[in-house]
Amino acid sequence: MDLIWEGIRKAFELLIHRDREVLEITLLSLRVSGLATIGSLFLGVSIGTFLALSRFPGRRLWITLINTGMGLPPVVVGLFVTILLWRNGPLGFFHLLYTPTAMVIAQTILATPIMAGLTIAAIQHLNPKLRLQILALGASRCQMVWLLLKEARLPLLAAIMASFGGVISEVGASMMVGGNIKGQTRVLTTATVLETSRGEFGMAIALSILLFLLTFSVNLTLTLLQQRERPK
Amino acid sequence: MKEVILEVRNLQVLGDKQTILDVPKLQVEMGETLAFLGPNGAGKTTLLQVLAFLQSPHEGTVFFKGLPVDYKKNLLPLRRSLAVVFQEPLLFDTTVFENVASGLKLRRASRQEIYEKVFIWLERLGISHLANRSARTLSGGEAQRTSLARAFVLNPQILFLDEPFAALDSPSREALIEDIEHILRETHTTTILVTHDRSEVLRLADRVAIMDRGKILQMGRTDEVFNHPINETVAAFVGIETVLPGKVVEGREGTFLVKISEGHTIETIGNLRVGGDVLVCLRPEQVTLETLERDPGTCRSEGREKKDSILLRPEKITSSARNRIKGRILRVVPQGLYYKVILDCGFPLTSFVTKHSVEALNLKEGRSILATFKATAVHIIPK
Repeated sequence: MDLIWEGIRKAFELLIHRDREVLEITLLSLRVSGLATIGSLFLGVSIGTFLALSRFPGRRLWITLINTGMGLPPVVVGLFVTILLWRNGPLGFFHLLYTPTAMVIAQTILATPIMAGLTIAAIQHLNPKLRLQILALGASRCQMVWLLLKEARLPLLAAIMASFGGVISEVGASMMVGGNIKGQTRVLTTATVLETSRGEFGMAIALSILLFLLTFSVNLTLTLLQQRERPK
Repeated sequence: MKEVILEVRNLQVLGDKQTILDVPKLQVEMGETLAFLGPNGAGKTTLLQVLAFLQSPHEGTVFFKGLPVDYKKNLLPLRRSLAVVFQEPLLFDTTVFENVASGLKLRRASRQEIYEKVFIWLERLGISHLANRSARTLSGGEAQRTSLARAFVLNPQILFLDEPFAALDSPSREALIEDIEHILRETHTTTILVTHDRSEVLRLADRVAIMDRGKILQMGRTDEVFNHPINETVAAFVGIETVLPGKVVEGREGTFLVKISEGHTIETIGNLRVGGDVLVCLRPEQVTLETLERDPGTCRSEGREKKDSILLRPEKITSSARNRIKGRILRVVPQGLYYKVILDCGFPLTSFVTKHSVEALNLKEGRSILATFKATAVHIIPK
C-alpha cells in the first residue's frame, strides 16, 4: 500500500514541479498519437467511405479485412514497420527507424482500420435513400459524400476517439520502431514500462496519471464537440 | 398542343429476371401535373427515378426539352433543374431552415438569396414558425412540409413527387394535399406524381397514366381515364367497384339493355352491338339508395318484393334514373368520410353514401333497399 501512496505523492511532485523531461515525454506522446490520429482520419474515412458507397466484386472481403484490422496487435505492426524501415529493408534509405516519424507511421497503420471500419458502419447506418435525395437536391459527387459524412458526424467523432484511444495507449509498436530513446522517442507508455522494470514505481504511477489525464482531456474536447448543443 | 418538356421513347429497365419497366412512348407537357397510378411493384418509382435522372435506363431515350439525355455523362446540370420529394422526408440532422436551404447552398446561392427564398417557402407551407427547430423533432406532416419546401425553393422545371402523402395521417394528409393543390395551381410547376391513391390523382392530376407490371395500361385526361377505363384492370385501379360481365340483348335509339344474369338487365347508352359480350362498369358514387317503405310510388306489390330482386319498371316514371334495382344490404363499411354499402341484387353492387344517409335511411345489414343509377352512369367495356 505504501508503494502506491508513495507513487502518487511522487507523481504530484513531478506534476507540480513541471519536470522538464516528463513534460517533453507527454508532449511527444500527444504529438505522435495526434498526428497518427489525423493521418488515420484522412486515410480511414476515405477508405471507409469508398467501401461503404461503392459496389465491386471482393468488396465484402475488403470490409472483412478492415474489420479484422481493427484488432491489429501493435507488436505485429511494430515488427513489420521495423522490417520495412530496417537499414537494409525496402524503405531503409529513409533512415526513419527509431525516430518519432516511424512511430507516427506505425500508429497510423494501427488506427486506420479502426477509423475505416467505423466509417463504413456509420455511413451504412444512414438511410440508403438519403443518397438519392442528396443527388436529387443537385449535389455533385463530392458534395454528396460531404453531406453524408456530416450526417454521420456523431459516430465519426466516436471513431476518432476510438482511434486516438487505441494509439495513445499502445506500447508495443512504439517501443519497437521508436526504441524508447531518452529525449528522442520516449513516450508516456514506453517510459512507464521502463520505470516499472526499474522498480521506480513512483515515476511509473506519475507517468500513468499523466497518460490518463492526456487521454481524458483529448476525449473531453472531442466529446464536447460531439455533444455540442444541437438545435431543439 | 403545349410544349413538351420531357419525352420518352422505347424506354426499358431490366431486372434480374423480368423487365421492370417498358414504356414505348410518353410525353410530359409543360405546366401539367401527370400522375402515375398503380399498385406496388408497377414500376412507377423506377420510372420516376429514370425521368429524374437518378437511374439510367437499359434501353431507350429520354428527351429533356427536345434534347436527348446521355445518362453516361454528367447529369448534375440536368438534376439541378429538377426537384424530388420522396415518401420519407429524408431530412438532414439540422434545423428546418438549413434543410430548406440545403439545395440552394449546393448551388452556391448567395446568403441574401437563400434567406429570402427559404422564408417565402417556409411561409407558403405554413412552417415558418419552425425555422429554427431541429428537423428531428418534427411531426410527420411538418417534416414532409419541410421536404416539400426544400424542393419548391429550388424553383424546379419539373417537380417529382414519389408518394409524398402516403406516410401521413389522414388530417395532415388532407391539409397538405390542399396546400399543394393551391401551390401547383399558382406556380404552374410541371409535376410528376407517383401514387397508389386515387383521390390524390383526382385532386391534383391533369392527366393520369395507369401502370401495372412495368407497363402503362392507359393514359389520358384524368376524368377520361376514370370514367372510361379501357379494361377490367384499369377499371379496378380507378375505383370502379362494380364490374359485371354481361351480354347486350336489346337496343334502340342509342339505349341498350345488357343482361347481367337471369332476370337482371341494366339499361345503358352507347354504340354497342346487340349480342356482344361486354363488361358493365359502375362507380359506387353513381349508385343512389332509396328505402322501399318510404317510397311507395316506385315500390311494387308485396308479392313481387318477395322475389329476391328484380328490375323494376314503374308505370309512373318519377326519376331520370333508368335503372332501379332491388337488393339486400350485405355490409355497411365506414370509409372515413363516407360509408360503403355492399348490396346483393342477384349480382354484387356497391354504393357510397354519407353518414347522414346511413342514419336517415337506417341502412343496416340484411335490409331490403332500392338501388338506382342513370343509364348514362354506366360505362361499358366491349370484350
